[in-house]
Amino acid sequence: MKLLNTLIRSVLNYLEELGQLSRFAGKFFREVVRRPFEGRELLRQCYNMGNKSLLLVGVTGFIIGLVFTLQSRPKMLELGAAAWLPSMVSISIVREIGPIITALICAGRIGSGIGAELGSMRVTEQIDAMEVSGTNPFKYLVVTRILATTLMIPILVVMSDAIALFGSFLVESIKGDVSFRLYFDEVFASLDFIDIIPATLKTFFFGFAIGLVGSFRGYYCKHGTAGVGVAANTAVVETSMLLFVLDFLAVMVTDIFY
Amino acid sequence: MPKNPIYENRKPVITIRGLKKTFGQNAVLNGFDMDLYEGETLVIMGKSGSGKSVMIKCLIGLETHDAGTINIMGRDMENVSEDELRDIRTEVGFLFQGSALYDSMTVRENLEFPLRRHKRKFGGISDTTPMVIEVLESVGLAHAIDLMPEELSGGMKRRIALARTLILRPRIILYDEPTTGLDPITSKEIVLLMKSIQQKYSTSSIVITHDVDCARFISDRMILLVDGVNYAEGTFAELDASADPKVQAFFKS
Repeated sequence: MKLLNTLIRSVLNYLEELGQLSRFAGKFFREVVRRPFEGRELLRQCYNMGNKSLLLVGVTGFIIGLVFTLQSRPKMLELGAAAWLPSMVSISIVREIGPIITALICAGRIGSGIGAELGSMRVTEQIDAMEVSGTNPFKYLVVTRILATTLMIPILVVMSDAIALFGSFLVESIKGDVSFRLYFDEVFASLDFIDIIPATLKTFFFGFAIGLVGSFRGYYCKHGTAGVGVAANTAVVETSMLLFVLDFLAVMVTDIFY
Repeated sequence: MPKNPIYENRKPVITIRGLKKTFGQNAVLNGFDMDLYEGETLVIMGKSGSGKSVMIKCLIGLETHDAGTINIMGRDMENVSEDELRDIRTEVGFLFQGSALYDSMTVRENLEFPLRRHKRKFGGISDTTPMVIEVLESVGLAHAIDLMPEELSGGMKRRIALARTLILRPRIILYDEPTTGLDPITSKEIVLLMKSIQQKYSTSSIVITHDVDCARFISDRMILLVDGVNYAEGTFAELDASADPKVQAFFKS
């Protein structure tokens, strides 16, 4: 009986939080079209998120390209399909591996950063101070961050994909003596719009999810400094789960249309 | 409400009636009443947890109250839209206990932040620097204009927070425990500063404190808050002379 009660309470809490998150998202869509537009803060956030994540995303993409090619090359050679390697690597990276890995890294780096920053502002009453000065903190802090992640994650994914393909090319050129031109001719020949467009579109949703959950957790942070850690941690865990759900939905929708 | 004739011809800028606020099972405010008159400094004292801070947070809309009415400069807070609430907030400054400076911004940016969003109130000014410098001079910290909050001492932070409150030229200032956490000398400086600001800018003020020295120096009138209601009310001298043990416990502690 006690277990059942705990279970019911957990489900109710989960549903309540889901409702609050939906209201938070609704407020974002209402505020995003209302004046004043915080253009300067949006650019600052875009710069911070993009510039400061580029190295991490680039290195990860490069390693993925290297490792993926190193791991799959022997099997492809064994099957006599070495010529297909650029096609296989490019489709895998552009359609799936690049977007999801980059988004997960950004969930860890950007999502936790947003959760911790806004959480810390909440517990030190900085958000209250903005409110009492007649400013709209939701617009200044939340709308700009969600917009910035929505705009920057696709750009980071494209860069990560490009670097991953370059990493793959390096392995191929060292082990298989393939020229840059030939390798990338193969890559582009095998990629269609149906590979690129759905994969790019879903990264906007990934970016939105990272900004939304990070901001939600930070903005409603409670329980002092310990709460800031919880907000940052929860933001990463929940965003990661949400990214997998969104990815699954994106694949389902793509399957229906193509 | 005050029987003193000096209040007869003055109109209240804030009126609170029957304010109630409960957190779970804990009733913090149990029907609090208050009037703040134009130009006066009202000190509200009470033990920790007596509902003082909750009361001013309800007043400015940071907490929602369960029952009662709040009227600020003729506007009922229960019926205002979000935009109206923002307008009211530009007329009511709030000094936070922990200063609440924006720690990613310099002192200048902290002060410009509210100003840039309310340019209309000042005729659409484009150069905010003279206003920033003027309020920083009022609090004696013009030299700190380019410092970050982490480079400031506790007393300096409180002064900068006060400057940020002043920059929108509020008619009313709410002080939430302005001297808490400061050494006696810095506390005295802050109290003197509050007094000079009140005289210079002709503001009405509500000061939440349990610092008896601060109350003695700054108050025109005082309310003692006990168990969420106004337990006693009067000037500092009147309350200090009270024979009531609960009042005495406060003043003689």
